[in-house]
Amino acid sequence: MSMFGYYLNLALRSLMRNKMLTALMVIAIAVGIGASMTTLTVMHLLSGDPLPGRSQHIFYPQVDPSPLPDPENTHKPWDMMDYRSATDLWSAHRADRQALIGRSALRLTAPDMNQPPLMAQVLSTTSDFFPMFAVPFQYGGSWQPQDDQQRTRVAVISSDLNIKLFGGANSVGRTLRLKDSDVRIIGVLAPWRPSPQFYDLVGGRFSNGQTADFYSKPQEVFMPFSSSLDINTDGFMAFTCWRAPDPGTSMTTSPCVSVALWVELGNAAKVADYKAFITDYATQQKALGRLTHADNTRMPSLMQWLDFNQVVPSDVRLQTWLAFAFLLICLFNTVGLLLAKFLRRSGEIGVRRALGATRGAVLTQCLVEAGLIGLIGGFGGWLLTLLGLALIRQQPVAYADLLHLDSTMFLATFVMAIVASLLAGAVPAWRASRVALGLQLKTL
Amino acid sequence: MDILPILSTLRRHKITAWLLILEIALTCAIVCNAVFLISQRLERMNLPSGIAEHELVQVQLANIGNRSDAEARAKTDLAALRQIPGVTQVALVFQMPFTDGGSSNSGIKLDPQQQEDTVDVTQYMGENLLSTLGTRLVAGRDFRPDEFVDLDAAVTALHSGNLKGLPQVLVITQMLAERLWPGQSALGKQIYLGQGLPFRVVGVVAHLARPNRLSKGVEYSTVWPISMNVAQGASFLIRCAPQERERVLKSALAALKQLDPNRVVLQKRTYDEARHAFFANDRAMTGILVGVCLALLIVTALGIVGLASFWVAQRRRTIGVRRALGATRANILQYFQTENFLLATIGIVIGMALAFGINLFLMQHYELPRLPAIYFPVGAIALWVIGQLAVLGPALRAAAVPPVVATRSV
Repeated sequence: MSMFGYYLNLALRSLMRNKMLTALMVIAIAVGIGASMTTLTVMHLLSGDPLPGRSQHIFYPQVDPSPLPDPENTHKPWDMMDYRSATDLWSAHRADRQALIGRSALRLTAPDMNQPPLMAQVLSTTSDFFPMFAVPFQYGGSWQPQDDQQRTRVAVISSDLNIKLFGGANSVGRTLRLKDSDVRIIGVLAPWRPSPQFYDLVGGRFSNGQTADFYSKPQEVFMPFSSSLDINTDGFMAFTCWRAPDPGTSMTTSPCVSVALWVELGNAAKVADYKAFITDYATQQKALGRLTHADNTRMPSLMQWLDFNQVVPSDVRLQTWLAFAFLLICLFNTVGLLLAKFLRRSGEIGVRRALGATRGAVLTQCLVEAGLIGLIGGFGGWLLTLLGLALIRQQPVAYADLLHLDSTMFLATFVMAIVASLLAGAVPAWRASRVALGLQLKTL
Repeated sequence: MDILPILSTLRRHKITAWLLILEIALTCAIVCNAVFLISQRLERMNLPSGIAEHELVQVQLANIGNRSDAEARAKTDLAALRQIPGVTQVALVFQMPFTDGGSSNSGIKLDPQQQEDTVDVTQYMGENLLSTLGTRLVAGRDFRPDEFVDLDAAVTALHSGNLKGLPQVLVITQMLAERLWPGQSALGKQIYLGQGLPFRVVGVVAHLARPNRLSKGVEYSTVWPISMNVAQGASFLIRCAPQERERVLKSALAALKQLDPNRVVLQKRTYDEARHAFFANDRAMTGILVGVCLALLIVTALGIVGLASFWVAQRRRTIGVRRALGATRANILQYFQTENFLLATIGIVIGMALAFGINLFLMQHYELPRLPAIYFPVGAIALWVIGQLAVLGPALRAAAVPPVVATRSV
């Protein structure tokens, strides 16, 4: 250990001796680490698990309501289900928890607050949604299963909407006017920002990698699925329709897919049972003549569903490749400069070897010096990462407000900088430790 | 200049020489591809829309109230907007070129018996659309007022199979006409939709880009004589002189609010703003790529400076000996310049192969076209120049070594 202190001392002296060369190496490492950690942090935040510890129990059942012929069996079920299939599966209550999902945009006013009307994004769902996805509440709570049945006109609102309409005060019990009906607020969410917004994530495979919008904020209003259909007769936003719906068709019979279902299944046996259940359901519906492709059912887990939709935008992936190529070039640069630095000291190394230092000792000393450069470079890299993230936060992308450097990535910055510099120092240090003794002493 | 002594020196510094070569190769490969990506994005951002971009403003309202009076409401709204001084044209349209959000698209066929669609086209609708957008008609005519059908009526007719209730004609872009009937006039030709429903081409416009899904063919657009209202998702498109846009937008909002103060405005912007927003991602990515290219070139240049300085310092005595034996300053300068040129050339050759490989990878994963051949000579020249500039300083220092160094400390 005392030797380590001595090496550190030697390294510091050596770094101070040629400030220009030292600065070049530190800048190379800092810039390389800054670029790659910025993109890596974005990747880390965008590709994470939105429900850590629970996502493996969450599944997304799918049946294929398409009546179109599919001779080669290439059609994947659409990203949502038709109203009938989704509500049938939900009503069976065969999972531990189950939540329907429908989306709409409705005109909203708060009658007792003097504010202009706005268009609110409304999520229609069922009571299991909140416990299943561990949604945090600030005031009040969610509605109960009987509210789903009795079509109660209640709503849960987001923290953002509560601040906008009520200045952040406890608004439980107040009334909102949605389209032409009154609903009572029974709960206000604490700030909740899942990344991505996984529960109504659809259409990734049709988006050409432009998936930044998967990271936008959750809806502002959450309502019971049943009562929201009473209020909004136009129905939910359709993912697609297999033919144009007749004007005036109610959404319960429309030829569109606009409802999704999430289920929670606690163990492998339940998962197998539920898979069998949806297959049976599809077969039975085919016998009834309602479905055409009975064998085309799927049930990806939450993370499989995110993978299938390729949630990380392709631009972000491209930037990560670029940043690592950049880091590689910076490292080549550092290898060259370190080599120059160590070999220039051949005379000094020769003297140390002649005085009894082993090759290992010379190697260690050189590596300590490389590591020290890495540490200083890592500090610069950390500052540049903060700068890089601040720059991306200025971009008009949906995930901008999600970006921050968490403790994992903070540590990773320094670990990566030191590892990179040790790697870069390996060849030069090895070369330095092989310096031919006699030759160097002769030239002194 | 004799290359052999340089090669024999480099052979004694294999590691350092290879490091420099690899650094140049990687830089060359990445910069070539990055510049290509930049050019692709720039090309995308500069795509022509075919419309009078600087003369348009858009106002979109949310649908409030029942559907039945939507048509009457549309008429009143349009009339009020036409009253605003400076407004030359007004239309209710569903989509505009280069905007995100919904777009109406459909496959069309050239033969009613065909199984597969020939191309995927976008469908523009709305009364008075062509003159409001300001597209240039190159053949045929615009729609006559009696050819228009309301969207709901058209959908009903489509389902009941009543051909009379559907529009009979359409206008297409020149690009689409050339794709469907190469070298022929498109006027009077038939296209088929869905289960073989026929429609006749009556007009061809010079350019009209799609709203999105650009990969399906940027200008594969069709225009239909279908009228729309706010309840069906249409927004107001107002045309006026460029310098009047701000004022007209304000007056339009005031006029619409006056007709019904309860309406929610979803969107109010000039077309230029809409287009700017659509390409925001490409602009950001271009900025990042330019930054990376510059940083790479600077880092590589610094690397060359560092190594060249090291070599000069290491060979100080050799240089002194050469000078003492009669080599001129120019000889020494040339020596280091030639050495750098050799290393850069090997690096560039490897780099080009690498650039080609990276391009193949990008072609597979990011739907990019092949790297044009022009990038190879341009990239090579750029790296040669950077190499020569970077080595100039250390080489001048080497040339300045006096011959007397040779006599010291032997």
